[in-house]
Amino acid sequence: MKIIIVGCGKIGLSVLRRLINEGHDVVAIDKSPEIIEEISTAYDAMCVVGNGADSDILEEAGAGDAELVVAVTGVDELNMLSCFLAKKMGAKHTISRIRTPEYNDKSLVFLKEQLEISMALNPDSLAADELYKMLKLPGALSIDTFSRRSFEMIEIRLHDDSPFDGMTLMEIRKKFDAKFLVCTVQREDEVFIPDGNFVLRSGDKINFTAQQTEVLKLFGMLGLNQKQAKSVMIIGASRIAFYLAKQLIASGSTVKIVEQNREVCEKFASLLPQAIVIHGDGAKHDLLLEEGLLDTDAFITLTGMDEENILLAFYAASHNVPQVISKVNKPELVTLATTLGIDSIVSPIKIVSDIHSRYARALDNSLGSSVETLYKLCDGKAEALEFNVTSEFEYCDIPLKSLAMKKNTLICGIIRGRKNIIPNGDDVILPGDSVVVIAEGAMLSSLAEAIEGKR
Amino acid sequence: MNRKLVFNYLGKISVASGAFMLVPIICALVFREYNSLFAFLVTAVISVAAGLAVCKFSKPKSNLMYTKEGFAIVALAWVVMSFFGAIPFIITGDLTSLADAFFETVSGYTTTGATILADIEALPKSMLLWRSFTHWVGGMGVIVFVMAILPNISDRSVHIMRAEMPGPMFGKLVPKSRDTAKILYLIYIVMTFTLAIFLLAGGMPLYESLVHAFSTAGTGGFSCNADSILGYSAYIQWVIIVFMILFGVNFNLYYYFLVKRSFAAFKSTELAVYLGIIVAASAAICLNISNLFGTLSEAIRHSAFAVSAIISTTGYATVDFELWPEFSKAILFMLMFIGGCAGSTGGGLKVSRIILLVKLIFSEIRYMLHPRAVTAVRLEGKTVEKSTLNSVSTYFAFFFVCYIVIFIALSIFQPSFGFKENFTAVATCMNNVGPGFGKIGPASSFAEYSTASKVLLSFTMLLGRLEIFPLILTCLPHTWTKD
Repeated sequence: MKIIIVGCGKIGLSVLRRLINEGHDVVAIDKSPEIIEEISTAYDAMCVVGNGADSDILEEAGAGDAELVVAVTGVDELNMLSCFLAKKMGAKHTISRIRTPEYNDKSLVFLKEQLEISMALNPDSLAADELYKMLKLPGALSIDTFSRRSFEMIEIRLHDDSPFDGMTLMEIRKKFDAKFLVCTVQREDEVFIPDGNFVLRSGDKINFTAQQTEVLKLFGMLGLNQKQAKSVMIIGASRIAFYLAKQLIASGSTVKIVEQNREVCEKFASLLPQAIVIHGDGAKHDLLLEEGLLDTDAFITLTGMDEENILLAFYAASHNVPQVISKVNKPELVTLATTLGIDSIVSPIKIVSDIHSRYARALDNSLGSSVETLYKLCDGKAEALEFNVTSEFEYCDIPLKSLAMKKNTLICGIIRGRKNIIPNGDDVILPGDSVVVIAEGAMLSSLAEAIEGKR
Repeated sequence: MNRKLVFNYLGKISVASGAFMLVPIICALVFREYNSLFAFLVTAVISVAAGLAVCKFSKPKSNLMYTKEGFAIVALAWVVMSFFGAIPFIITGDLTSLADAFFETVSGYTTTGATILADIEALPKSMLLWRSFTHWVGGMGVIVFVMAILPNISDRSVHIMRAEMPGPMFGKLVPKSRDTAKILYLIYIVMTFTLAIFLLAGGMPLYESLVHAFSTAGTGGFSCNADSILGYSAYIQWVIIVFMILFGVNFNLYYYFLVKRSFAAFKSTELAVYLGIIVAASAAICLNISNLFGTLSEAIRHSAFAVSAIISTTGYATVDFELWPEFSKAILFMLMFIGGCAGSTGGGLKVSRIILLVKLIFSEIRYMLHPRAVTAVRLEGKTVEKSTLNSVSTYFAFFFVCYIVIFIALSIFQPSFGFKENFTAVATCMNNVGPGFGKIGPASSFAEYSTASKVLLSFTMLLGRLEIFPLILTCLPHTWTKD
């Protein structure tokens, strides 16, 4: 599928990398010749230097026969304009990054409709949503939600002397009477999709799905923190901080924001009167201690510098702050931070890339099921996908035990109306269901691709 | 340096160069030339087996490729191919020295068309077809061909295409390198067969049509006749003139024309200058030689033929231009250096480089007159990056440094030949044209050169075809060290 990416900054590059890996024909547009030069040597993409809202440049990139145009420059207006032009020239779908808060209220619907933009993306608010979910369940490393938040996949790390250490999944189910399904296990660099005989070890990172009530039970058994953070300290008054603070304040938490820039502080103070805005350098330990680092439930670093975020997170972790989350965008640093021991990481770039992968795959899609949600798990080594099943799906109403799944794939949830099913062999897939599938090493674009055939 | 990856690619190239021999094998079967059939079969088996063995023992750990790997793959691949391509000549005994066979094959693959054969027509037909076929393969690039047909090539394969495709700037037609390679080859194949059909229509036998179609498409210049194109009708000569010019045009233009179906694609400065040079040079030569021919149409045809044969670096001949006045020879000598357009199968410095160099000169003059002036050099309606201009002028300088060095070396190896022969031999080899002047003119051959000179000139041809840098970089020990 032909995809044009306008703007190859951090987000653009990450989307580009992802889409090329998925085998799409990608054209990159950026106004900087240096960036374009770099892309043209490192990736198998066609490159155009110029302004993405210039119709000549879009013409050169072939916007007329593009399936998807993604505009992710730093300027919202430019993004909208290039999407609009590309659409008029014949591009089938357009995605625009729109992050200015003023455009992200009621006017967004109007803008989208008038400019015929298929999807508006606000990475900052998406990242804030993700952070908010994590703060609700502090023991989890990350939470991926499906089917409009009703179904969750939760990632945790097994402690050093975890009660699950050395047990197979079957034994755990018997001994603890716990109804949960382990979807992936990440051990050092390896990722497994386990079966009943898989032995868990301390230090494993696992993704699991379970009913809401079971989750709390499980967290209790494992001794994981399940108390929602009540006081939150945020370093860096970024846009993410704004969206997050708004949600936290609405849910009754106290929020403290530390920011270096006086003007930004003042703007925040007027926008968020309930938040405590501190003007000062968040990297100064004295200041953090004075502002009550030791008593805070959660510490979140959201400055523009990945490195600073990671280092500050280490400092907070060394003072035993119950929950420490840091924003890291560069994929190399994400891996580095996790190996060094910072498990909770939010990466807006990854969130946005996931959405683009999902969108592109949904467009690619064949009959019977369409990709609704997509998350990359375990440093991108596996993925979780949600498919909407229609009556054209060929394996409807067949018990799962008589379906042969492809290697390294697993159906880990069926959402039927308001009911979430953690499936066993007797469950069936029905039209209208949403099905969550885990796949390692394969890129699925339809549910049928996960199934080998009938047994 | 990812050596395993380099060797893996070399293995694949070796398999491909064995597969290419299917063409002469079929020809040998048709003409019942069992001696050369045996030679081609043996060589094909050897190169396929060697290639598969190398591939098996060099499974690269990573698919990562940078500029130096791309350069090394391209440079070594061309040497390897030329080596395998030379073997059949030795096995059949048509050529006795390895240096001769190597020269002939390199001349084929690099689309030079210079030959060491004194009597071409003595060779078996399948051998002659093989010579022309190497032109065809080398014209668009062997590795580009391998990329077009192989799955799972490296993401960074653009380094290979850049190293193998001539010209100052490399533009992809479509996002994927592999698809770009496929499109280019498709256009190339269609054009080649169109030419063959035109030749057949002019009464040329099928075998000769194929030989000449392959040679013309690659802008090579090997013919199956001792007197090149002289013996054919005026119609055939005009067909070849047109197609030599067409194969010297940037192939990207054909693609844009086919996709967008408008002639706007042909509003290219490079194309205009290229055609302008052809018309002007033909007119000048025509005036200069009109007294040598009976009719004006004959004079026009022969001058147009010589001009397009030289500028497209094909090197065919209808008449021996060695006998023409000095002015005409001077123009032809200059055309050798200009060569075809970037992204064509032609050799030389490339028209777009010449345009940029001329524009650089004017911009430098303007800078001297107005030291504070800020200037921008533009080509095809776009400002050319400073780095591109820099690499163009560096290439130009390097080209002439190599030229002088090779010329001096050649005069040591070959004192028997005069200044004229040695100087034009380097020019014709480096620009992949074919014939030189004096004793190596269109009517004669490189047979009299010594073994050492032949080896030197073989490398000169490779240097010119790969645009110097890949070959030089591969020879540096620094390129091969572990990082």
